[in-house]
Amino acid sequence: MVDFTLWDILRNLLLAARWTVVLSLIAFAGGGIVGLVLLSLRLWRERSFARLFNGYVGLFQGTPLLMQLFLSYFGLRLFGIEVSVWVSAGLALTLYTSAFLAEIWRGCVAAIPKGQWEASTSLALSFYEQMRYVILPQALRIAIPPTVGFAVQVIKGTALASVIGFVELTRAGNMIANVTYAPFTVFALVGMCYFILCYPISLYARFLERKMNAVRR
Amino acid sequence: MPSVVEASAPVIVDIAGLHKSYGDVEVLKGIDLRVQKGEVVCIIGKSGSGKSTLLRCINGLEVFQDGGLTVDGRPLLHDNAAAMRDLRQRVGMIFQSFNLFPHLTVGANVMLAPTLVKKSARPDAAAQAHRLLDRVGLADKFDAMPDQLSGGQQQRVAIARALAMEPAVMLCDEITSALDPELVGEVLRVVEGLANEGMTLIMVTHEMAFARKVSSRVVFMHQGRVHEIGTPDELFGAPKTPELQQFLSSLHN
Repeated sequence: MVDFTLWDILRNLLLAARWTVVLSLIAFAGGGIVGLVLLSLRLWRERSFARLFNGYVGLFQGTPLLMQLFLSYFGLRLFGIEVSVWVSAGLALTLYTSAFLAEIWRGCVAAIPKGQWEASTSLALSFYEQMRYVILPQALRIAIPPTVGFAVQVIKGTALASVIGFVELTRAGNMIANVTYAPFTVFALVGMCYFILCYPISLYARFLERKMNAVRR
Repeated sequence: MPSVVEASAPVIVDIAGLHKSYGDVEVLKGIDLRVQKGEVVCIIGKSGSGKSTLLRCINGLEVFQDGGLTVDGRPLLHDNAAAMRDLRQRVGMIFQSFNLFPHLTVGANVMLAPTLVKKSARPDAAAQAHRLLDRVGLADKFDAMPDQLSGGQQQRVAIARALAMEPAVMLCDEITSALDPELVGEVLRVVEGLANEGMTLIMVTHEMAFARKVSSRVVFMHQGRVHEIGTPDELFGAPKTPELQQFLSSLHN
């Protein structure tokens, strides 16, 4: 029987943590772009897109991420599309993130007083000009803390990608636990890795929130 | 002194048979009103009489269901973005709650629309903004942020911002109602200055003394209709309808 040192375990976990980070970045960047497109459509043509938008957001907020991962993995196969776990996990997490970000940002835009729309409309600004110069600069400021906060949810959400065979931090922990017979040690280290990734982001979100409240005063 | 306008002055806002409903509730029940260039028209009436709604129809902030409205001979077409953009350049609006853009400096507030919509060069727009801020008595506030100003100052910036588009008509929607009493005068003086310079003004106001002083005509609205219309002396001095008499006497108590 081979003996594993603590360092062996940690080193392998850290190697796998890279993929947690990469998958989080893909989900966040992809979700951000898709979310922004969704939000723009909704704001641009409120009447036509409101139902579609609400349906999309409701669907992804109302089903477990685990289910979405399964569906994206097995669903694509059902249609004969052979994809890697990277594509499946990236797709599911992107859609999931886009739904949440779009809804968070919609709330931020809705928080801008109606008078800002009316004043900019009266000054003959086009919809694009209103968004670009009046609404978004104000919405962006209030959107930063909740957006950064949601990033933490995305990082933890990537753990679920392990169930479709994506080897990231959690899956690697599982595999290492199976060969070392030291599940408690391994998963304690896995937890620590997540904490080290997430906690600074939480702190940063809190810092931004305080800073923004100070500006508002 | 009330603005006196010659009968031959061109009509700048022409409202005919305007109907507006919110769902089943009809708030404007057929409004006819023609405003000539250089006129100062004050709209008075109880809250809920439709006066603000009428004002907001003139620049398309509210969509109306029936009737016609032209500004400077151009019809208001809600579904035509280019026509609305053109019309809104001719109609300035000042709001009760100022609605300055809080993330921009005072100067940038005034310059934004001219640089975007009229494509003015930045130096020209800046020079114009300085001129307009000087005119409303805020020459030294160009670089200030809106939240550093008092309500009266913010409203004067809003006036400068609207003037920067060189509108043919200015709509004023209860522009002193959100101000502390001691700040009302400074805003009204600026508006009076505009009236004396010949700007066409349509104002919804509760400042009766001011309405009497500067209006060429006063419109009394009641239950979604123009109930009485005439010179300030006619309306304030000899109100004909019982509704107007009651409205005016309720103000004195």
